[in-house]
Amino acid sequence: MDRRQFLSLSAKPQPAVKATTTGSRTDSGISAYTGTFDTAQAVHLLKRTMFGATPEDIAWVKSVGMDAAVEALLTTVTAVTTQPVNTYGEDEHGILPGESWVNSPPPSSDDEDAKRWNSYKAWWIGVMINQSRSIQEKMVLFWHNHFVTEMDMTHDSRYIYKYNTTLRANATGNFKALTKAITLDPAMLRYLNGYLNSKAGADENYARELHELFTVGKGPDSHYTEEDVRATARVLTGFRINANTITTYFESTEHDITNKEFSDFYSNKKITGKTGQDGATELDDLLTIIFAQPECAKFIVRKLYRWFVYYLIDDAVEANVITPLATIFRNNNYELLPVLRALFKSEHFYDPLNMSALIKSPIDHNVGLVREFGVKFPTAYMDAYDAWDRLRSHAASMLQDIGEPPQVAGWQPYYQEPQYHEMWINTDTLPKRNQFTDAMVSEGGFGGVAIDVLAFAKKLSNPSDPVQLVTDSVAVLYRIDVSDKFKAWLKNTILLSGQNPDSDYYWTDAWNAWAAYPTDTALRTVVESRLRTLYKYLMNLSEYQLS
Amino acid sequence: MKRRDFLKNTVSAAILPTFMNGFAVKAFGSSSLLSALESASADNDHVLVMIQLVGGNDGLNMVVPIDLYAKYQAIRPNIAIPQGKLLPLVNNVKTGIHPAMTGIQQLYEEGKVCIIQSVGYPSPNYSHFRATDIWVSGSDANQIVETGWGGRYLDTQYPGYPDGYPNYDNPDPLAIQIGSIVSPAFQGANTNTGIAISSATDFYNLLDDVVDPVPNTHAGVELAYVRLIAKQTNKFSDSIKKAAQNVTSQSEYPDTQLGRQLKIVARLVAGGLKTRMYMVSMGFFDTHASQTQGGDNTTGYHAELLKELSEGIKAFMDDLTKLKASRRVVGMTFSEFGRRIKSNSSMGTDHGAAAPMIVFGDYVQQGVLGTSPDIPDSGSVADNTPMQYDFRSVYASLLEQWFCVDNTTLQSILFKDYQRLPIVSGIACGTITGIDDVNNGSKGLITNYPNPFVDTTTLKYKTRGGHTMIQIFDTMGRLVGVPVNNVMAGGEYTAVFDSKKLAAGIYYARLQNGVFQEVRSMLKVKV
Repeated sequence: MDRRQFLSLSAKPQPAVKATTTGSRTDSGISAYTGTFDTAQAVHLLKRTMFGATPEDIAWVKSVGMDAAVEALLTTVTAVTTQPVNTYGEDEHGILPGESWVNSPPPSSDDEDAKRWNSYKAWWIGVMINQSRSIQEKMVLFWHNHFVTEMDMTHDSRYIYKYNTTLRANATGNFKALTKAITLDPAMLRYLNGYLNSKAGADENYARELHELFTVGKGPDSHYTEEDVRATARVLTGFRINANTITTYFESTEHDITNKEFSDFYSNKKITGKTGQDGATELDDLLTIIFAQPECAKFIVRKLYRWFVYYLIDDAVEANVITPLATIFRNNNYELLPVLRALFKSEHFYDPLNMSALIKSPIDHNVGLVREFGVKFPTAYMDAYDAWDRLRSHAASMLQDIGEPPQVAGWQPYYQEPQYHEMWINTDTLPKRNQFTDAMVSEGGFGGVAIDVLAFAKKLSNPSDPVQLVTDSVAVLYRIDVSDKFKAWLKNTILLSGQNPDSDYYWTDAWNAWAAYPTDTALRTVVESRLRTLYKYLMNLSEYQLS
Repeated sequence: MKRRDFLKNTVSAAILPTFMNGFAVKAFGSSSLLSALESASADNDHVLVMIQLVGGNDGLNMVVPIDLYAKYQAIRPNIAIPQGKLLPLVNNVKTGIHPAMTGIQQLYEEGKVCIIQSVGYPSPNYSHFRATDIWVSGSDANQIVETGWGGRYLDTQYPGYPDGYPNYDNPDPLAIQIGSIVSPAFQGANTNTGIAISSATDFYNLLDDVVDPVPNTHAGVELAYVRLIAKQTNKFSDSIKKAAQNVTSQSEYPDTQLGRQLKIVARLVAGGLKTRMYMVSMGFFDTHASQTQGGDNTTGYHAELLKELSEGIKAFMDDLTKLKASRRVVGMTFSEFGRRIKSNSSMGTDHGAAAPMIVFGDYVQQGVLGTSPDIPDSGSVADNTPMQYDFRSVYASLLEQWFCVDNTTLQSILFKDYQRLPIVSGIACGTITGIDDVNNGSKGLITNYPNPFVDTTTLKYKTRGGHTMIQIFDTMGRLVGVPVNNVMAGGEYTAVFDSKKLAAGIYYARLQNGVFQEVRSMLKVKV
């Protein structure tokens, strides 16, 4: 389509088209990165492994260096001490407002359960915002997109909360152990009908997804068969949920005790049917067979690559990155840390040709913004939940509703060829991103919270110097380079309000005047309004959408 | 949060560095029938073009008092324009303009220019930033107002914007900034009502479908993609393109910053765009040093700027006339402040107070409103031009006489009932008063005795009746007292000005009565 046609298109959402420019291909692989490790690399590492890069975190990464920073980011696991609470008022089981509902008796109806959805989602947003210096939260969201459940199909928020803790407990642990835990997770059993799977008539729903979406995938080298799906379904017969304790148990009388045979894709392996409670251990046999297939490691590594690096996997990336990382994955019995460690210390990860190309997901965009600017949230739980919920629902309107991926395959931008991440951005969602950033940086804020531009600027190295202020701000907010000319223009046009370019002292005087009398409204407004304009402008540019 | 609140909190108007991304426009929900019905705003197709002179224009060297030439020459000898070089104004012996401004002189001769003397506000601020904010918001010196005067006007005419805009009746932007950052002058209660055309280059890029290059990396691919979508969300790009394409040839413009900007404005106005307000700007007026060139005070930095301003406006008006669109346009210049009366030793002038504004257009009333500014005999560096007219009086007059805004609405836009001045011909909106009537009526209204005085002096003043006010300013422009502020019957009155707490020096008593005003200088001496 030529550009002329574009101009005449209506503004309603439409499938966008691939840009015609082609990025350079890179042959860099997973050899240890030994090049410069400065602000750009530190921000890159932080923006990819966490939600946004705060000035404090950037300083920390630079002070400890790449190896120590990667190690800390990967191995820090902070226990979440909060639980979602009653924000909806009357509760059929007498849970009081402000109290946790995660251990309440089962909901009597879908409507009763639905009251809790926004509470759960808001709580999760709060956990993301309050993340420690760790990859934990990015990985939990990764697994939510991988082992999908949907609240409006599971109809029990307690299950969903427990599922979240299961993802959290295994987020950077062993992938095989996580797969087992998820297979037996009440929310997943409910979501993909595992709790109905019986010897009388096996339900293949979970069995199919276990192969197609959760382990070996459906890439060109994945050749599991329909027989494999049916055999898997029979292996998984008999698991049931105790709704009161929110636990899974094995009902041996519902288990298919016949032998299960697998195709040559799985080396013609056979599981001997077991009786009694032993039947439950057939799951271990099944996972051993599946995880012996090399495609399993490759499939997960590709997915991690698309999550943390870029969606395009060409032959060079497959050969130089995916294959060696998959080998590490298998050699370490599907432990995740060795893979992530290799990736985040690799030449490929810090290759300038690969950096800055990730389009922020709506959650990354919204949560990253409030973290980078250090937005303060209220302490009163209703106000905090309200702010988190607004942030969450706006991300949902931009196509990413946590707790409700559109389908079992997860969000389309992570798998849909050829557009992938570009699907986040269309003529409906891009203006919504702008509305969100515009509101956040304005006095009224968004959902009761707002960016304090002065507090943010104060964290930068020398905010009284307008040149340095622009440079520092761009270094935090952008990952794509902008020219010195452009930075000078920002400084002159916004911070100096178009005064002579050599009169930087006007900004310095204004900043210092306010700093000397921080309670003076007029002095504050002079610097605050210009900073608001600067940050609003920076966040409105296309560059801001890239991480 | 309700949608309404959301919009209220949204400072809209994204501005992007390339024109492709250059419009501040967000895609909002579908157009609402209600707001379409409400928008009976297009009473006329009048356009106001504001030219911002960034940095503080030295008004005293732009509009020079011939009637006070000796005083003028004495107080700024190193930068004074020689009397013989000043350009005279037809039918006016008191005032000359800078020799670089032949274009303005010609327009004045054609009856299309009004000069308003000594425009300012009480207790002026000498910071560029704060003073600019005051001018664009229309606030008092001690008041913080987040909205802009233009934005508040457009809010009254296009309720609910941007919700439901553009629509069938209002397909075009309400306000356009030539420049990337939309002026806070267009900030309305909900959103900024202006959109930006980031630069002349980018404007022509839009017409030519040129896209800025991106790096040849994966990031470049994605950046190009996001920009493409950003371009598609620019709801006004089609209407702007269409208007621009209606104009196939334009007159010559000087190849200057201002010339390039005004050329775009002329093209859009003549092309039929219904946009009401335009803002263009030029910088470098902060002439602390070398504003004139040694040896020839008619040349130098400031002369270059005034030449660019004058030539730009002349070319703009000529082009509009040829395109038969000049009758739709009124333009005005403004700057955050004027400069000090006394020059400094680096052949420049420091931040000052009141300064003249130039208003131009086919319907503008020819004349110089007000008197030459008072110039002290033995001036100090702190001396400032006392205000004769409040800048909000100029806004009020333009809104009333060009946009035909009624009095109630006017007061909601400007917060107070400002004095109206005869700037635009009464034909435009049916209001009539002549500049000569006002100037002639503004004489002999106020005296004081004794003068000089020590502690108190008696102000003797005449009023035609109605609202009458006397403001006392010091030489820094600070409002030190308002001895009279009443509605009264016509006649002669007296009031006492008690200066016991004030330092010795010059004070100005400004009388305002309806459209009339006079500034009286008074001298307080030590015992």
